[in-house]
Formats: sequence, structure tokens, C-alpha cells
Amino acid sequence: MSVETRRRVRGGIGESVLRPDGIPKVCGTFEYLEDLHADGMLWAATRRADVARGRILRLDVDGALAMPGVYDVITFADIPGRPYQGQIVPDQPVLCDGEIRHWGEAIAVVAADDPETARLAAEAILVDIEELKPITDVEQALEAGEVYRHFPVRRGDPEARGEVAVEGFYEVGTQDQAPLGTEAGLAIPDGAGGVDLWGPSQWTHVDHEQLVACLGLTPDRLRVHISGLGGAFGSREDLTLQTHIALLALRTRRPVKQHYDRTDSFAAHVKRHAARMWYRHEADRDGNLVRVEARMILDGGAYQMTSQAVIANAATFAVGPYRCPNTFVDAYVVRTNHPPAGAMRGFGTNQACFAAESQMDRLAAALGMDPLDLRLRNALAPGDPLATTGQVITEPLPTAEVIRSVAALPLPDDEPGDDPLRLPGGTGLTTPPDRVVRGVGYAVGIKNLAFSEGFDDYAEARVTLTADGAEIHTAAIEVGQGMVTVLIQIARTVLGIENVTVVFDDTSRIGSAGSSSASRQTQMAGGAVQRAAAAAREAALRLAGGDELDDDGVWRDGRLVMTLAELAERGPISEWVRFRHPETEEPDEHGQGRLHADFSVAAHRAVVDVDPELGLVRVVRIDIAQDVGRVLNPVQLRGQIEGGIAQGMGWAIMEELVFRDDGTVANPTFTDYLLPTILDMPPVEAVLIEEPGTWGPFGAKGMAELPTVSVTPAVVAAIRDATGKALSRVPVRPEDIVFG
Amino acid sequence: MIIRLTVNGEPRHAEVAGWESLLWVLRERLGLTGTKGACEQGECGSCSVVLDGDVVCSCLVMAADADGAQVTTIEGLGTPDRLHPLQEAFVAEGAVQCGYCTPGLVVAAAHLLETNPSPTSGEVKEALSGNLCRCTGYGAILRALAAVEEGR
Repeated sequence: MSVETRRRVRGGIGESVLRPDGIPKVCGTFEYLEDLHADGMLWAATRRADVARGRILRLDVDGALAMPGVYDVITFADIPGRPYQGQIVPDQPVLCDGEIRHWGEAIAVVAADDPETARLAAEAILVDIEELKPITDVEQALEAGEVYRHFPVRRGDPEARGEVAVEGFYEVGTQDQAPLGTEAGLAIPDGAGGVDLWGPSQWTHVDHEQLVACLGLTPDRLRVHISGLGGAFGSREDLTLQTHIALLALRTRRPVKQHYDRTDSFAAHVKRHAARMWYRHEADRDGNLVRVEARMILDGGAYQMTSQAVIANAATFAVGPYRCPNTFVDAYVVRTNHPPAGAMRGFGTNQACFAAESQMDRLAAALGMDPLDLRLRNALAPGDPLATTGQVITEPLPTAEVIRSVAALPLPDDEPGDDPLRLPGGTGLTTPPDRVVRGVGYAVGIKNLAFSEGFDDYAEARVTLTADGAEIHTAAIEVGQGMVTVLIQIARTVLGIENVTVVFDDTSRIGSAGSSSASRQTQMAGGAVQRAAAAAREAALRLAGGDELDDDGVWRDGRLVMTLAELAERGPISEWVRFRHPETEEPDEHGQGRLHADFSVAAHRAVVDVDPELGLVRVVRIDIAQDVGRVLNPVQLRGQIEGGIAQGMGWAIMEELVFRDDGTVANPTFTDYLLPTILDMPPVEAVLIEEPGTWGPFGAKGMAELPTVSVTPAVVAAIRDATGKALSRVPVRPEDIVFG
Repeated sequence: MIIRLTVNGEPRHAEVAGWESLLWVLRERLGLTGTKGACEQGECGSCSVVLDGDVVCSCLVMAADADGAQVTTIEGLGTPDRLHPLQEAFVAEGAVQCGYCTPGLVVAAAHLLETNPSPTSGEVKEALSGNLCRCTGYGAILRALAAVEEGR
């Protein structure tokens, strides 16, 4: 038995540990949903509505069923259980229930020998539709009483008035998450009336709950498994093809696979809500906010999805990270005949942030103040109540510090025009370089971390010691964000064992870890792993009577007293934890209360070059300072920041799902829905503020949404600075700059 | 019809239907699922392969037109035991998140460095501007290419 001093475990928190799925991904061997295969599997294809609203007069699948190679076709009438799905309110028909409520709604699904046969059969289904007039305007929906949720805020003195007031009307367009991997899935019948399902999910347990209800199965008959995902960003929060392929597999007794094309994907998953917002800010002459009023209407689309939670975020972050004693908000999310809106990175805070930050610039101009001084004067800090809900901030919240830090970064010293590739519009530019104008803009964002409003938010994890290391068992979903790496780092640090792997369990093997959304898994799944690992270490030391644990086993006074193999045999040591974050509560009738479990802030600065004649924008540089609690993996954290900025920048200047007047979608392809390319993306500098949070592992805070939130208003502020135009809408279009 | 082609240096053949693309043949007939499809319109670059010396979107190439061609896919660049320097750099620099765009980007970047060993930053961006990435914001991808160039 050797005697040695215990060394610090490698690859713990704070290091840029390489992601365990990195090598399979660069070699093309990582298994995504669309790579799954089962012998004898059928392929599914979906027939969708091409109008925004209508009544199905006749639906005839006989011709499709008669085609060679076609095995089954399902419609609404074939749903064996509850024919409606939805994780908050089940109001979405699994397949169209007779009334078409949005463009792209699924009407029928075919299973056939190959995808081309399935596609042709889906086209051969006869659907006679009587078109109805769709609701496409949110004001019209509100007037008609089509409200999913009204979130009112009444805080302070209704009579309070400031000396300086500014009003603004703002609009934001619909954004698509556009994950590179479209929806795909595989369902395999188990031969005993049940089914195993691999589908695009951010939360398998909530999928399971809905699926068993819709399929009419007892919970034990369905196992929802976790597989590789090509991104998510909110788009996998709600069900898409899962119910369809599971039902087809049960009916045909064959494995069934489906892989959406991009237009299916645009049709099927939820979007970021479009919105219209009216604001009035009032301040005293020194720039102290006295009163903020806001009225916002978010377009929820045809079904509720997560709209009720989205509107709570829009309402409670309506003012941004600023103090204000008198706040009055009416936030509505309404039903229209647009495709359903739901979760996307930022989850309701982005819309409010764009309007509120535009207002802060407008107010600064009216006061003759520097926009950063105005923000610093009102910056929310620990001990202050949130302007909307009155919830007192009890955690660290370095609002002033993120503002000062981003402002302190050097501005670019180059001039526009040196290189045609770096001009707005690139090499096709027709404006001479000396007409290009540069602008600089700032914005500040705030986001809640984890679930709010009294939801029983928990994550389960199990840590098991094996003969040569440790396993983390979880149902938390890796969508690409790097959670898998961080969980390993946390477990290594706590256990002292380096050889740690993650096992992604199906729904029958472990309880829920909650959703990979709301910036929550580092704190939630990570919090559960931290505690389970601590319990496993404790149990190992107790069993072996030791004082240290590492990859060799348990040590006492510098001598190895039990190997991991012996521990595993004598144990087994396997510790399960269900971790909950600090309790939250539902709002009272005035929107007041402790709604949120934690907060984080960030500030962005954008520098843009604009061609004012063609209305083209090139983003020159974006900087950010962000409150992250504690950095667990520097390289991954930087990746979340840069990727988040790309999405928020995309929404500012190019990304919009465009609806025609008749409610249909004009651009459901990557040819027409524009995403930032490597030529569009500027360099990014990030300042990370590490003030440890109160309940995340080692003080870490969730951080993956905020980079997306305040970059959008920062880019627009920079374009306003360059052009002097009011620009009250995103995305900013060329015509807004030229004619606005 | 039967098509014959050389994939990653090996002669292969496949019985294909008229509607099948090269992407479909690689993934479903030849089992090379490393090549991804994400738009079917040649806009995203996820399906990039080298076809007779040029980077192409394999979703836009009809399988029948690839009869007799030389094709290099991500599987032909390196293996977990013998990574291509770009594959190593993509992992080390954090250029991989969801990884769905990664095979296409690595194929396009490797082809760039083979044909232009010292590209300017503008040439790098031009060469990769047909490959969409939704996760990384591209910064880590540029750092990965820079690391490979430095390492030479």
C-alpha cells in the first residue's frame, strides 16, 4: 500500500475542461436523433395546413392508405387518449381537431417504407377547407377577449408624477430559434403495448406526462429517452412530433422514425413572441425614475404553450434593472391565428428589455443626461425592491458594476472603409466609405434564474461510485450548452474523484431534472449533483472509516484503506438527491410578491457602421459585462456569451419570421429567414463579474440567456446614434433606416 | 440505378432511387451519418463534403450525378484516435457546442487550409460564410483555425 499526499483533482471547477462529447462531434460519430436507426423502421411524414384559419369540410386518407409502401395514417379521430397537449394548459390538438388555427398546423401523419413515399402519401391526403377570417392583429385579439393571461402590476402611488416624461411605442417581430438540428425522433414499440421514445426534448418528464395522457397509456408503458440534440434555445420545450410517431409505432407495431425538413420545423415549434408595447417613463430633473407605465401585448399565437410564464417575465422585468417607486403595467398575451409562440432564450425579458432600454435613452435625451449616468443613477442593487413586483433583492446584483465595466472597455480605433469586406453590405456596397456613419449604443438587461411564481422547481440526480470512478445519473438534457461538462466538473471537485461520467437516464430510471431552460441547469442539475456527490463522498468515508477519497479509493492518515472496487462491492454507494431552489410565490392581484428565485444582470455595448443610403448595418464590435456569480468553465462560458450575442444581434437587424396579411408565413426556409453568418458576427469582449450567488454550486449563477437579452437594444441604440432615426421596431429593416 | 463512387478513399456503390441526394446516399445507403442536413437548400453548409476537389452542399447534389466521383466526408478527415489538427482545435477552443454544424465546418475549413495554407482573416470568413452555426457566434471557430495556423 503506497503512501502519498492527496493531490488536487484535475478538471474540477474553474478550468476549461473539454466537453466529453467534443471528439465524437468533430469526428461525426456523435449520435443525434436523426442518426437513430432501428431495423424495419417506417418513416413518418406530416400533412400540414396551408391556411391560417379554416374549417375542415372533408378529410379523406383512403387514397394515401392505398399507396404501395404506406402502412398507416393518423388523424385527430385516432388519438386514443386526451386529444389535446400543452404543458401548462392542454389546448393544442395533437392533430387538427377540425378547425385549423394556424399555418402549418399538423392535420395527418403517414407512416411508410421510406420518407419519399411518406411525403407523397401525405400530399395525396384529400383535405377540403373552408377558409375563415384569421385574427392576425394583437389589438384585435385583445378587443375580442382572446387573452391567455393578463399580468397587472400596480405598485406605488397612482398620482405620483415626474417633472420630465417620455413616451414611446415599440414593436418586435417574431424570432425563430432556428437550431441547426431540425426535429427528429424514433419510437420503438416494446411488444407489450408500450413504447420507447427518443424525441426532441428539453425536459423528458414533462413530455412523458403529456404523452401518456394523449396516448392513453399508463405511465409505465412509456419510456422517454435522451438523445443527441442539434441545439434547442427553447424550441424543444413543447411537443412536436413525439405524440405522432409514438402513436404510429403503437399502431403499426413497427419502429417509426421522422426527421422534419426545415419548413416542417418552422411550422411545428414555438417562436419568440412578437409584441407591441407602449411605455411612459417619468423622472425628476436629476434623473431619478419616479413613475413607469407600460402596456404590452404579446402575440401568443394559436395555442397557449408556455405563454403564461412568458408574460410574467415580460411584466416583471418591464422596467429593467432599475429602481422605480411607482410602476403600473398591463401585460397581455393573446390568442391569434399565428403559429404558437413560446420559449426562446430570454423568455419574455427580451421584448420588455428592448422597449425599456429604448425608453431610458429617450429619457436621457429629454433630461440632457448621459444615458449611462441615467442608468447608474437608477441602478438596482441588493436591498432595493424590484420596480414591478416589489421583491427585495437579497442576492448580489452588480448592476452598476456591469455598466461601468462595459463602458470602461476601449472602443475600436479603426475607421470604416479600410476593407470592403468590413463595410455595411460587404463587397456589394455602393455607398462610398466616407458616407458610412458609426454609432455606439448601450443597454442593460436583467433575467430571473430558474422557475418562478411558486412553481415546485426541483432537479434530481444520483451519484454512484463504481469500481473505477463515479457516475452521475440525471435526466437533465444536454442541448449543446455544455451542461454535461459542468456537471462532471462539479462532481469531481466535490468527490475528489477524476474519472466521472454522466449517464442520461430515461424517464423510468430517475425523476425529473426540470427543463434545460430558464438559465437553470448549472444551478439546478448542478446543485443536485453537488449534493449527491457530497453525500456519496460522506458515505464512502464512513463505510471505509477514512478521511480522504480519490480515484484510488478511501484514505486514512495518508494510507489507502479501501479501493474503489472494494467500496463498490461493499456498498454499493449510490446517493440520490432532489434539490429545490429557494421558494418563490405567486403574485397577488397587483403583481406583487417574491416571484423569482434569483436574478442576474448584464450590460452590452454595440458599435455599428451604417450605410444611411441603403439602410445597411455592419456590427463592428459588441462588448458585454455580465454578472455570472462564479466562472465554472471559462471556455464554455465564453461560448455561451458569444453565441447568445449572435442570436440577439440577429433579432436586432435581420431575423424575423414574416407573416402575410392572411396569417400565413412568408419565409419558412433558411433561404428567406436570415441568420447571422461568420461574416456578420463581430469580435466580442466580455468582462465577467464574479460575485458569488447564494445558492448555485460554488456561487455560480445561470448565465446563458442574458447575453441574448440586452444586445438587441444595444445594437438598435447604436444605429440610432449613427443615424438619428427613432427606430422603434426590431428587427431594424433597411427601409426603417432610409425612410424611418 | 447503381452508382459507384470513391468515398474517403474507398470504392463504394449503392442502389439509389431517382429522388435521392448525395447526402441521403451517404447517410442512409452508406451509413456515413457524420454529414448532417439542416435546410435542404444549400444555405446552411451542414452537409458540406468535398466532391472532386470542391466543397459542395451534398443536399444539392443528386446521387445519380455523383456516379464516378471522389468524395471526402468528415469521417475521412480523422478518427477519435487520429484527429485532424482542425478537429483537435475545434474541441480545444470550444468551437463545438451542439456540434450539428461542426462536420460541415471542419470539412470546409480543412479544404480551405489545404488550398490556401495562410488565409487572411477575410479569406477565412468568406470561405466559411456558407456554414451556419447557431450556437457559438463563430468566435471559437475562428480561434480554432488560428490555433491550427499557429501550430504549423
